[in-house]
Amino acid sequence: MPSAEMKNRAELMDFDKALELFEPVLGFEVHVELNTKTKMFCGCANEFGSGANTNTCPTCLGLPGGLPQVNKKAIESSIRLGLALGCEIAEHSRFARKNYFYPDTAKNFQTSQYDDPICHDGSVTIELESGRLVTVEIERAHMEDDAGKLTHMGGATGRIQGADYSLVDYNRGGVPLVEIVTQMIEGAEHDAPEIGRTYVAAIREIAKALGVSNARMEEGNVRCDANVSLRPRGSNVLGTRTETKNVNSLRSVERAVRYEIQRQAAVLAGGGTITQETRHWHEDTGITSAGRPKSDADDYRYFPEPDLLPMAPSRDWVEELRLTLPEPPAARRKRLQAAWGFANLEFQDVVNSDLLDAVEATVAAGASAQAARKWWTGEIARLANAAGVAADSLVTPIQLAALIELVSDGTLTDRLARQVLEGVIAGEGTPAEVVASRGLAVVSDDGALIAAIDAALLGQPDVLAKIRGGKQQAAGAVIGAVMKAMRGQADAARVRELVLERAQAIE
Amino acid sequence: MSEITAEQVAHLAYLARIDLSPLEITDLTHDLGQIVDSIAKVSEVATADTPATSHPMPLTNVFREDVVVPSLTVEQALSGAPDRAGDKFRVPAILDEE
Ligand SMILES: [Zn+2]
Repeated sequence: MPSAEMKNRAELMDFDKALELFEPVLGFEVHVELNTKTKMFCGCANEFGSGANTNTCPTCLGLPGGLPQVNKKAIESSIRLGLALGCEIAEHSRFARKNYFYPDTAKNFQTSQYDDPICHDGSVTIELESGRLVTVEIERAHMEDDAGKLTHMGGATGRIQGADYSLVDYNRGGVPLVEIVTQMIEGAEHDAPEIGRTYVAAIREIAKALGVSNARMEEGNVRCDANVSLRPRGSNVLGTRTETKNVNSLRSVERAVRYEIQRQAAVLAGGGTITQETRHWHEDTGITSAGRPKSDADDYRYFPEPDLLPMAPSRDWVEELRLTLPEPPAARRKRLQAAWGFANLEFQDVVNSDLLDAVEATVAAGASAQAARKWWTGEIARLANAAGVAADSLVTPIQLAALIELVSDGTLTDRLARQVLEGVIAGEGTPAEVVASRGLAVVSDDGALIAAIDAALLGQPDVLAKIRGGKQQAAGAVIGAVMKAMRGQADAARVRELVLERAQAIE
Repeated sequence: MSEITAEQVAHLAYLARIDLSPLEITDLTHDLGQIVDSIAKVSEVATADTPATSHPMPLTNVFREDVVVPSLTVEQALSGAPDRAGDKFRVPAILDEE
């Protein structure tokens, strides 16, 4: 481990002990990147994965003469997101400049919102694994534009520490974001880490259900800053908080909150004080390290953006958008679990694998819920895992429903169905087409089976004698030979039936 | 007279990354003071029921449709850059940030 990491590794107090001495107070800022076709203030494409600096223009590069224009779709998405979070939508809202110098923005300011955010005063109720319900109050949800992407070059670790220079790609600069800011969350107690994870999961799920964001944390569509402070038991004075940035997976949110509670508790119990600072989460080592302390540089000198006109979303428009809201994800989960009759673990498996939509669509296409679940979370997930892609990118729900139908009508055994699935994934056509082209259907023609069985019985006269003598378990050897002769394309139960029959009938 | 001090002007200049001489700071302290005083006079006229305004034009909701328009080419985008590496802007590492 590099020595810089050693220095960063702080003393930690046992989690339970920390909770005995202190009460954690939390707050979260979640950035949701909208999936509009274009950026917030210019017509450059909002795309992930284009060549560096191919989606830029004078406006998003902050060049002289660039003039921002507000993307209506981004406003619409922000309002819908706000409504889904139970927020009030402001009657008057405007953009503000947040001034700072850093090469991730070429404009030298971020276009954000300050005193008139588009959405305010909402709440989200989350359910923890214990069944405990926690209502997280939302202070505001405001719009802003994203920064460009920096790559730090040189230095040992690829981090900013020790870097020689940085490279900038402004494709992401100007992409619309909604930043959702919670009120202080008190009373979290031992559940604090889980509340962090579950809250961010809920925001992600809501954004996804609305279709306003791709909501992929691994691509940075949803990013979380976690604020943690500790208050000594019996005190009503808030502790100094730290803001941990760069927490970009659900598991990391949980770990980062737990880590900060344990770290701060050790500092405070040792007579130290907490510095108000941003901290960085390191996924690899599972620790946070100090960033810069709050300082003069945080004097952002916000002022209203002179190049943009204020917004006044009409009440009619807001109500029109409210009608487009989907069923809240939490309610939908409850409804689907009840309809499908899944046990909690079965249902969690589907939810955690992000396969709720896939299973629902497969059921809608006529499959039984259990069969749909087994295929998606079993064989398809396994193949997707091996290929490093999402399960629902391999087959469509309609294809899977057709495959399940071929199993339930006896055309295919599970084993054959897995081969057909491979054919479908390989692009050989619908399940029925793959069955035909690969000749995979179960041999249900008793004539062909009987011929194979008779041959097998006559080939093993000792076995035949045993079966005739009443030793039915001896049939296994013959069944095996028949299945082999049929290249597996026979229903084993039917073969067994026929073997017993033919053993008595055969001359 | 306004409360603008030379220290405030120097601080502002630092935040804006503008290099000011002591003479320029003295002059700007005076000028900014006058501007603040003038604005204060205007504020006296505004009554409590006059909403704060950030824009001279009585317009709201000027939006653009979400339609992609061509961007600059990479060469155009990088043409004004002091330094580049491949298709990216190259900038000095800034050590006290992030
Ligand atoms: Zn642009």
